[in-house]
Amino acid sequence: MAITSPERRIWWNEPVERVELIWAGVALLWGLFMFFFMIAWHFIGGQNLSNEAYRVVPDAYVQKVEDFAQKYQVREDSGTPVAKPPAGVDVYLLGRLWQWWPVLELEKGQSYRLHLSAADWQHGFSLQPTNINIQVHPGYEHIITLTPTEAGEFGIICNEFCGIGHHTMTGKIIVVDKQGAK
Amino acid sequence: MSTTFDGMVSTIRDKTTTFRVCQYTGLKVDVAAQRLIIANAVAAVVFLAVGGVMGLMVALTRWPAVHLLPAEWFYLILTAHGGNVLLFWIIFFEIAVLYFASAVLLNCRLAAPKLGWLAFLLMVAGGIAYNVAVFQGESTVMFTSYPPMMAKPLFYISLIVFAVGALIGVGLFFATLAVARAEGTYEGSIPLVTFGALTAAIIAVFTLVTGAIILVPTFLWSVGLIREIDPLMYKLVWWAMGHSSQQINVSAHVAIWYAIGALVLGAKPLSEKVSRTAFFLYILFLQLASAHHLMAEPGISSEWKIVNTSYMMYLAVLGSMIHGLTVPGSIEAAQRRNGFNKGVFEWLRKAPWGNPAFAGMFLSLVMFGFIGGISGVVLGTEQLNLLMHNTLYVPGHFHGTVVAGTTLAFMAGTYLVLPLIFQREIVWPKLAKLQPYLFGAGAAGISMFMMGAGTLGAPRRHWDINFTDAVISFQHSPGVFLMMALNGISAILAALGGAIFVLVVVGTALFGRKIGPGHRLTFPLHAGARTVAKYGSEGTVKLPGTIVLVSIFFLAFVLYYFVNWKYLSDLWLFR
Repeated sequence: MAITSPERRIWWNEPVERVELIWAGVALLWGLFMFFFMIAWHFIGGQNLSNEAYRVVPDAYVQKVEDFAQKYQVREDSGTPVAKPPAGVDVYLLGRLWQWWPVLELEKGQSYRLHLSAADWQHGFSLQPTNINIQVHPGYEHIITLTPTEAGEFGIICNEFCGIGHHTMTGKIIVVDKQGAK
Repeated sequence: MSTTFDGMVSTIRDKTTTFRVCQYTGLKVDVAAQRLIIANAVAAVVFLAVGGVMGLMVALTRWPAVHLLPAEWFYLILTAHGGNVLLFWIIFFEIAVLYFASAVLLNCRLAAPKLGWLAFLLMVAGGIAYNVAVFQGESTVMFTSYPPMMAKPLFYISLIVFAVGALIGVGLFFATLAVARAEGTYEGSIPLVTFGALTAAIIAVFTLVTGAIILVPTFLWSVGLIREIDPLMYKLVWWAMGHSSQQINVSAHVAIWYAIGALVLGAKPLSEKVSRTAFFLYILFLQLASAHHLMAEPGISSEWKIVNTSYMMYLAVLGSMIHGLTVPGSIEAAQRRNGFNKGVFEWLRKAPWGNPAFAGMFLSLVMFGFIGGISGVVLGTEQLNLLMHNTLYVPGHFHGTVVAGTTLAFMAGTYLVLPLIFQREIVWPKLAKLQPYLFGAGAAGISMFMMGAGTLGAPRRHWDINFTDAVISFQHSPGVFLMMALNGISAILAALGGAIFVLVVVGTALFGRKIGPGHRLTFPLHAGARTVAKYGSEGTVKLPGTIVLVSIFFLAFVLYYFVNWKYLSDLWLFR
């Protein structure tokens, strides 16, 4: 029994049942498939998290986001500036207690270099209802090349606990159809 | 080196040890070990009761129609819930398992009972101090305490003290193995269950040492001696403790599955070699899983993520999938030998479903595989993680592993510990019979409904998914609210099952009939358990039922895996 010592002292020489060998083989092959599929998705898939990140002083990052928002502000939404950068430029988003700032207006089908970082604590960038979730660290500037594929209003919520106001931390990305596309 | 060690063993040998012989298993039980097993099991159940009530409060708050606690209390209780159940309940129980698998199964004395009591006291002190720190407020940092968010120094110290205690307990396990070997209390290799416990203990050393490596500097940071803790470095090292501690659970509860199969059904491992190799794969690869928590982080390369998150090409998953065949396989083989040989599934239909030890064990096996296991691999896939990172899917997954898997297995094990170690007959057997089903249904529900809510985007650790006070409003889809209500109802079921468990354990410990010679157990052990003469690998067997079960499992695994890739491919493009 499993609670007693093996009957044969040399148990490691016992032959193994075929059913166990086959199952172990199937499991091993499936594991190898899953392993190589992650690698393959980097070549065939459209959703891979960027490895581009830099160390940054949080205050310096806040300054960059403020400069960005000022430069491209087109209006306000609920008291938050709405930045509408031209396609292809670097876009900055800041996570801080307790908002995602500023509101971004992007064009469908265009690619943007989205910079993500935090001013204070860790935050969880969670784009909804699309459900893209990326961890945001203070001191690390993460750059993701993002291409919205659908138009509409998308919420950003925070899914990393960041203190008592965590559940009030939201933001917004507005995606408009390409100008002249309609 | 070896002379010093031998010297130590012989000095301890001079002390007198009292043994009793178990009338059901023939095992020689060191009474000092027995006392320590009882103490650790009782402490475990106390923390389970406290943490379980907290879990119910969390679930009822997250049910938007009930919304039980105010925000501050919600986050505070959630922080306390994590420590009490994920650490204290589970590690106290695991220490009891280690003492059982070493001293009791090897017919040996516990190497140094006094050290065992020191370990116990440190762990109790740490557990209480953790709760004090959290309830004082200002340490509402969640169980994970990610910097730069800072708790009070007591918060970190309490965990360090607890970990030191646990490490002493683990050391005592190793020492007892050495004593058993030196004194020749067993022949040949250690039993498979002890081997599983040894796996758990080795991983525990890695886990607890890693905990010290990260919590000591974090403590120094909280008292102002260190200026900064890098948040990314913290996560990498912290999760080498946090996730590895879950691998202790896996090893321990797989060992318990084998033990219950042996004691209740007389099951032998199909092959000692295969089952031990599967455990050995855990030792080699399970610790890499720290990476599961770093898939969505900046500053870590994809190469590192892929190698580590897959436990080096899924070799640890291979270990679990092997146990997934050999555990039900050994039960099928035993049942067929017991005479239930008709058709494909008579062995399963006529299994002792009225014995809570067996029922809990088998439900734990099925739910750990189907709910916790599959979701864990999907969640730990580099790209798929972005669909679910930090959503409620994450707690959904680990309630599938830790509650439906580990906790239910430990509860099942307790139904054997009560008569065999406490030596008291289980009170309220009808309630006990019902308990694994009630708790199992609740645990399955909370796991799957949280996973459902997470798939729809609901965040974890979040007080208000209505975003009532947010400046920029946001509305989740109605499906999220349905999932949260179903989660709340499941949590009530699980809490009911948990309450019955606590009631039965406490009732039995206090009022259960003392078991005397010749007593017939309410939930009998297999006749084979009376003697240790029948042991070794099962040998040639036909296992049609198990083959059907693992085929269904494999199909579910593959389908669910690809469904999630389909979800992912529908997202916005990012690189």
